[in-house]
Amino acid sequence: MSDNNQKSDCGCKKVALAEKTPVQPVSRRNALLKLGAGLNALAGLLMGVPVFGYVLSTFSKKSPRTWVSLGPLNRFSEGNTRLAVFRNPVTKPWDGDTIEVPCWVRRVEGEKFQVFAINCTHLGCPVRWFQQSRLFMCPCHGGVFYEDGSHASGPPPRGLFEYQHKVDGGELKILGGNLPTLSEPT
Amino acid sequence: MLRSLALWFENRLHLVKVFEATAGHKVPPSTNSWFYVFGSGTLLCFVLQIITGICLALVYVPSASEAWPSLQYLNNQQFLGAFLRAVHNWGSIFMVAIMSLHLVQTFLFGAYKYPRELTWVSGCILFLCTLGMAFTGQVLRFDQDAYWGLGIGASIMGRVPFIGAQLVHFMLAGSIIAGETLSRFFTMHVFVVPGMIIALLSLHLRLVLTKGINEYPKPGRIVSKESYENEYEEAIKKTGVPFVPNVIGKDLIFSAFLVVAIVTCALVFGPAGPNGPPNPTLIHTAPKPDFYFLPVYAILALLPAYMETFLLLVAPVVGIAILILLPFYSGTGEKSFRRRPMAVVVVVLAFLTAGILAYLGTFAPWSPHMEAWSGAPTPVEYIKGRSGLELQGALLIQGKQCRNCHSLNGEGGQRGPALDTVATRLTHDQLIRQVIQGSGNMPAYGKNLSPAEVSALVAFMDTLRPSHQPPARDSTEPLRLPSKDLQAAR
Repeated sequence: MSDNNQKSDCGCKKVALAEKTPVQPVSRRNALLKLGAGLNALAGLLMGVPVFGYVLSTFSKKSPRTWVSLGPLNRFSEGNTRLAVFRNPVTKPWDGDTIEVPCWVRRVEGEKFQVFAINCTHLGCPVRWFQQSRLFMCPCHGGVFYEDGSHASGPPPRGLFEYQHKVDGGELKILGGNLPTLSEPT
Repeated sequence: MLRSLALWFENRLHLVKVFEATAGHKVPPSTNSWFYVFGSGTLLCFVLQIITGICLALVYVPSASEAWPSLQYLNNQQFLGAFLRAVHNWGSIFMVAIMSLHLVQTFLFGAYKYPRELTWVSGCILFLCTLGMAFTGQVLRFDQDAYWGLGIGASIMGRVPFIGAQLVHFMLAGSIIAGETLSRFFTMHVFVVPGMIIALLSLHLRLVLTKGINEYPKPGRIVSKESYENEYEEAIKKTGVPFVPNVIGKDLIFSAFLVVAIVTCALVFGPAGPNGPPNPTLIHTAPKPDFYFLPVYAILALLPAYMETFLLLVAPVVGIAILILLPFYSGTGEKSFRRRPMAVVVVVLAFLTAGILAYLGTFAPWSPHMEAWSGAPTPVEYIKGRSGLELQGALLIQGKQCRNCHSLNGEGGQRGPALDTVATRLTHDQLIRQVIQGSGNMPAYGKNLSPAEVSALVAFMDTLRPSHQPPARDSTEPLRLPSKDLQAAR
């Protein structure tokens, strides 16, 4: 469109004005746009920080670990290994069965114990104890561990995870509360 | 009357213009091919997943304590619940399969080349999102496999250096697998990832319209950035045909076939699971992933331990980068797979690798057979005419769980070698050493067997060879000819 056309046509007056605006140093519209964008950035921050805080609240290194009881000592016979179950110290009403955590307890002799996590150190599958061959075997990728938890064969990078334990008031207690992984081995 | 109604709508909605810009856009006539139906097929699967997914969400309870019972309810009491669960499951399997075909077709036809880079990139991310849907969906089927599958995911996260523990907590929404973990995966499966898919899909389809669909490549026609777009536009002007109604026919036929196939599979095979309840104390379970993750499951058993963490964390990143960046390092040149032998080799190798790994994953030869020691019978011919000591050894092979890893007569684990002909491979002394010290993948049994037990076990294994094959011979001993008769004959 040529200038002549614009001037001759009254309807195009607005267009002509709009074309002029960029040349003006600070127009009202520009200022409002900047103010609006600024306010929105602020509003976004106001909303974004709490949302990120909420979502990332679990991105933390802390595991709430506490001493939990596995039962009286006489539940575990000397020289044997058996399954024990404890309730995870932190629970929610809708956790269902998942708060019941199993572990393997080996009573070496007297008050000397070893408490192993159920999870294979390879990828966390539940290892099974075989009394006759005194081995733990993993059903997923064939990891095998000796009776004392040390690595016997297969892909696991280390021996079984061991819980800290103590004998307290005639009960065996362990420091439980997290799913053991290589970066946080109980 | 009808005509005036149609015109009334046309006047307000400009439907003709919308049609011309979308479904009726011109495409090269060469795209009217059975190779071009996989994209719309994937879209159909996605729509089917949305519909069945919404239906399932009407009943499913995303709570760790209620999910499993609600799935049982869907399977057994809800009218058509089992059918819809089956369609959702088979829809996902078909979606991954058809999408893989779409990926391979666009790769082999050079569709990712200039100027369709973004179409390829968005498609690759869509592929990853779909695999994400498959994994999160498996978790929503909150059973034993889901529970231990989460444990596997957490264990992989736990291998990340420096922030491993944080990532595990972030993934599980806490320090163990529990109620909030399921809520988290439900949110991903139902809101976050589908939202991303819809957004990316819009972009993907928009790009198909703006940059046009890839013409059926002709060998020798080279893509160059200077001339390609002009050539394409001219060809469309000259010979282009509207997608609807000229080209959509094959897509429609394929889509209908897909629906029939999915529904048939759903009817014949039924819904997947749920298997045992997600109770961690029920440890007599062998967790296994759904079929799309079988290759991953297999490779995790077969990788050498020393490179495992490195490959687990680095290989996927590198692999995905190579895939997504493909159009940026191979964006021009030959399109036809007839002139790109390496592209064909890559596809064949990828399918062979994934196929063989998935096949191995179906029977997992690396896993001990946990019940073989008590369940598998000792073959009769191996105990006939044996001495008391040898029979005691046969009992020990069962009782000491040897058969969880070693098979006899095809029954038992495949972790270690079959023992049927072990006496032809190992001498008496080698067998003793192997049992006591172990080696390679075999644990040492020295502490768990008395000397008497070892001699019984080895006495039995000494008999395990076919009568026509001699026993293994110690190479340091002088050669003894098989029999005196032979010597006499000389």
